[in-house]
Amino acid sequence: MAEIARLLQRLGEGATAKIWRLGYAARFFVYILLHSGTALRRFRLTVREMYFAGVQSMIIILVSGLFVGMVLGLQGYDTLQRYGSSEALGILVALSLVRELGPVVAGLLFASRAGSAITAEIGLMKATEQIAAMEMMAVDPVARVVAPRFWAGVISMPLLAALFSAMGIFGGYLVGVQLIGVDEGAFWSQMQASVDVRNDILNGVIKSVVFGIAVTWIAVFEGYDAPPTAEGVSGATTRTVVTSSLAILALDFVLTALMFTGGSAK
Amino acid sequence: MAAAPIVEIDRVSFGYDASRPVLSDVSLRIAPGSVVGIMGQSGCGKTTLLRIVAGWLKAGAGTTRVLGEDLSGLDAGGIFALRRKMGMLFQFGALFTDMTVFDNVAFQMREHTDLPEELIADLVAMKLEAVGLRGAAQLMPSALSGGMARRVALARAVALDPQLMLYDEPFTGLDPISLGVIARLIRTLNDSLGQTSIVVSHDVEECFGIVDYVYFVSAGRIVAEGKPEEMRRSGAAFVRQFVRGETDGPIPFHYPAPEYAADLAQAGAGG
Repeated sequence: MAEIARLLQRLGEGATAKIWRLGYAARFFVYILLHSGTALRRFRLTVREMYFAGVQSMIIILVSGLFVGMVLGLQGYDTLQRYGSSEALGILVALSLVRELGPVVAGLLFASRAGSAITAEIGLMKATEQIAAMEMMAVDPVARVVAPRFWAGVISMPLLAALFSAMGIFGGYLVGVQLIGVDEGAFWSQMQASVDVRNDILNGVIKSVVFGIAVTWIAVFEGYDAPPTAEGVSGATTRTVVTSSLAILALDFVLTALMFTGGSAK
Repeated sequence: MAAAPIVEIDRVSFGYDASRPVLSDVSLRIAPGSVVGIMGQSGCGKTTLLRIVAGWLKAGAGTTRVLGEDLSGLDAGGIFALRRKMGMLFQFGALFTDMTVFDNVAFQMREHTDLPEELIADLVAMKLEAVGLRGAAQLMPSALSGGMARRVALARAVALDPQLMLYDEPFTGLDPISLGVIARLIRTLNDSLGQTSIVVSHDVEECFGIVDYVYFVSAGRIVAEGKPEEMRRSGAAFVRQFVRGETDGPIPFHYPAPEYAADLAQAGAGG
């Protein structure tokens, strides 16, 4: 009996701690938004962080996009040609990338490449008292350190997702048209006719913006909340990658359910 | 009549939780222009005292007045405004590792003033010249030795000519030469810029060499105070043990433990 009571108590404590932390993260999010003045007014600070979060993630995004597109080309062709509709390959590649794979895979890569770096950097700044030194110089570290990184992530993520999709379509084209020999005219024209700007592209962009906010928010929060020790920073970095990957996949399901059901699906 | 004190702490107590007080009933007054040492063992509460002066921690009881302001009445904005008149040197410098030495020293000038870049460049050069590192302006903090990093941090802390300087263990981990340089800089900057300084330290010789007055803290209380030469001659047991670095005294060598013989007998019976 006592055993069960203890178990229930531990479960309750664990749940309360998680909810408390979620509330703390939500308040931190609002605090960032309220203290974004510096990041937006002195936009140079944000641009500098965009270089680290966005530009330096480009190689991994472009290469991954190319390979994902090439695989899509191979797999798509294999399936489509069974039904004699291999010229629809362009639609398949483009819709898969623009609606799903672009935002989701780019988001996952962004979380592990840029998100982890943001957490580790802020966590180490805290561990080496740089954050404390800033506070002592009467400079709000959320405004000066966190907000520019947050906005840089939010701006970079949709651009990276777009690059990923574009590169993927090019990869699909290379494999489908150049390698396998699908008709080039059909590949592009069917794609052009079927991909809708509002239903497909805009929805994909919305997804990537939402993922960008989620990943960067998690990354800056984990970094700022990290215990100032080597172990604390490494734990926070791991949590950033795990939590943001799960958040991306869960949010993707919710967004897809909202966007592509109820008759708007083509 | 003596000038009003820069820092006035009256019967201040502080604890992270009620059962473990870190500071109890501490009172001290720091006169303008002086360099005051706060000495004691690691963990005795001296850094906590410094953090209360900096407005980092709020005292549980008592009043703290810094530069004429009562800290308990200040909100976050008020504390920030007050900190613009203070500088702090952190134990290991805490330089911003993503900026050059120049940008570190220029940081506060760029954040808090609208000075043109040419003027900032001149001011930074002056501050770095004062600590002897004008030639290192374009280096990154990772390229500096521990002593150089501390000197750059010192230049950064005095960038906006603060009235009150706080030093948190400024001598820790430095070689004898760097140690002497930092100690001399603390004194000369204080006197030439008309500052007041609080030095938290446990290095007896270096600290005694530069301070005008010293407080000894043990287990959260001020146990002795006076001029360094008085402290050297002091008969108080704690001061004697601390100044001479004796192993046993009021601060016991042994951590509290059960009777040694009983402990061995129990271990023997258990094994």
